[in-house]
Amino acid sequence: MLVAHLDPLASSIFSLMAIASLLLAFVMLGSRWLNNYLYAFAAESWVIAALSAAVGFYGGYPELYLIAILTALFRGLLLPYFIWRIIGRLNVAREIHEILQPSSTLVAGAICVLFALVVSYHIGQSLGLSGTVAVLALTIMLSMKLIGFLMLSVRHEALSQILGLLVLENGIFLGAQILVPGMPTLIEIVILFDLLVVVACFGVLVRYLVTHVGSTSSLDLNKLVG
Amino acid sequence: MTGALLLVMMIAPAVAVAGSLLLRTSRAAETLNLVASVSVFAVAMPLVVLSANGASHYLADYVILDITGAWVILCTAVVYLLASIYSIGYMRLLGEDERLWGFYALFSGFALTILVSSVMNNAGLYWIAIELTTLVSTFLVGFERAAESIEAAWKYIIIISAGISLALLGTVLFYWCGSFVLGPTYDMTWDALLAAAPKMDPALAALSYLLVLVGYGTKVGLAPMHSWLPDAHSESPAPISAMLSGALLNSAMLGIVRYLGIADAAQNTHLARTTLVVFGAFSLLVGALFIVRQNGIKRLMAYSSVEHMGVVALGFGFGGPFGIAGALYHMLNHSLNKSLMFFGAGNMMRSYGSKEIGSIREVWTRFPVQGALWLAGAAAITGAPPFGLFLSELVILRAGFARGYNWAAYVMAVLLIVIFIGFLNHFRIMYFGAKADSGHQLKPISRWCVTPMWLALIPLFVFGVWWPADLWSHFMAAARTLGGAAP
Repeated sequence: MLVAHLDPLASSIFSLMAIASLLLAFVMLGSRWLNNYLYAFAAESWVIAALSAAVGFYGGYPELYLIAILTALFRGLLLPYFIWRIIGRLNVAREIHEILQPSSTLVAGAICVLFALVVSYHIGQSLGLSGTVAVLALTIMLSMKLIGFLMLSVRHEALSQILGLLVLENGIFLGAQILVPGMPTLIEIVILFDLLVVVACFGVLVRYLVTHVGSTSSLDLNKLVG
Repeated sequence: MTGALLLVMMIAPAVAVAGSLLLRTSRAAETLNLVASVSVFAVAMPLVVLSANGASHYLADYVILDITGAWVILCTAVVYLLASIYSIGYMRLLGEDERLWGFYALFSGFALTILVSSVMNNAGLYWIAIELTTLVSTFLVGFERAAESIEAAWKYIIIISAGISLALLGTVLFYWCGSFVLGPTYDMTWDALLAAAPKMDPALAALSYLLVLVGYGTKVGLAPMHSWLPDAHSESPAPISAMLSGALLNSAMLGIVRYLGIADAAQNTHLARTTLVVFGAFSLLVGALFIVRQNGIKRLMAYSSVEHMGVVALGFGFGGPFGIAGALYHMLNHSLNKSLMFFGAGNMMRSYGSKEIGSIREVWTRFPVQGALWLAGAAAITGAPPFGLFLSELVILRAGFARGYNWAAYVMAVLLIVIFIGFLNHFRIMYFGAKADSGHQLKPISRWCVTPMWLALIPLFVFGVWWPADLWSHFMAAARTLGGAAP
């Protein structure tokens, strides 16, 4: 178990990076401009890549360097590029009808983090790991999950929803680097490729939305009810 | 032998995908897909028989053929075959002949991903296979390119991706649970997890199980995560609706069943089973409410799928030999029956030119043979004897009482009666209701669209009057591997 006996420097570096990516998730929550979402997402991916490398270095998992490079390449460059191209095709630069003001969304996000903290605190106690970086990793994993769901439910531009899903995935990936650094590399690589395919599919669907529905806001997707 | 059969099962649809993409002609793609589905069906039967001799492992333990997985393969193969026959007639009616090769490439790909997911022995790879089924089927759901289809496809992919990401989180947490026992790096096979389960931390294992249950439950269509299901099922072409309902949902249920075994072993039996039973009962309730007041004919069938997945969830949740046997039997019966129902609904939709129940009238006089088949299917799907679903639902009810879930069994019985009345009332109106319009010219239905209805109804009837003893002992073997044979 890596997290149980880490030297203090390593554990502070991990914590710093994990908290930085949580803050970036809040940047996404607090903004209404699609471009800001995208930059925050790209930055978050770079932080996660750096975290992979750090875990690889301190934990002695050389294969994590490969994961770090692939994460930076895929999540940090290719995915943002795909999404940037999708934004370029659309005439939407920001959320237009907000269900919840960005400021209220931030408060809701904070409540999500509190909830995640309570859950992970209990799990940490049950595992005898309280006070370690594992609890923090679990908290951030769960809170990014909840924040992703929050974004999915209060934002309705197609693009915000795609980014919301990517935040969900980023949270899992981040937590996995700290909690289970020994997870087979094959699985992680396949999941990274899978993400590319997912975003490609979203890109195609967004194009269909524009041509066949005439809008990319989920508020206009209201034909099917009951 | 088993390995060769598995290879055929995967290569046949893969060849159909490649062939459709290379040839780019609709007729050739049609034939390739049909040949693939016949071959898959031909190998599925022996696979089920062979699986009874114990699980076999291939490809460095990444592939497994176990008794439950083989059963899901059989359900998939049945629906794939029926839907392939049906789509030859149905898809030609759409007037999109120049795009049909793409449809068949996706169709075979969809079947391939479902079949592959059933034999994955690694929890991570299983997750990826399930994710792939979503990606492929999204474009099938949106194939008709109408605004409604695209809306359904969008909701489908967003809701499922969000749900399935919970399953990924649960999978990672299960890996973490296991790493306390098995060390930081191990292959996350079902057996490894099961072996590590007794030493897992119960609290963490419970959290992981709940995440996985909600995640794959979204894909199964358990209420309240079912909201994508009626849209996707009603807007996709009818053969795809049948595949979604009869094949895809089962393959995701397989994941829940496997994790249920692990949760059992991790001393979470009560929590794991009760949550599954509650989801099942709630699905029945939601299904019943929406079936009673439904206007769309395919949405009616879709809510019926929510209901039946609820019944299967109840069966596995109750557990025990009766619960597992009933749930497995119900899977196959539901696959057969729901294909029949969607085929009938597709035919009616095309000939009346409307998806509304209100516009479909006098089916009895206008389509005597087909109408009789569809009506028999409707009686069967509501659990009326002498069809297979009556037997499987009865066995699941018995399991509920035997395993101490009396409240759930009563809820199930009452809701099944409500659904029986509500569902058949729609059919009464469609068959015998007052005439709406008379001048409407009905489109004829090709034989390709009626034959699979016969092929579905006959076994359904046979299973209703005769539950073979070999099948029962097969289910008992399955119950033993799933840890349900203990009283």
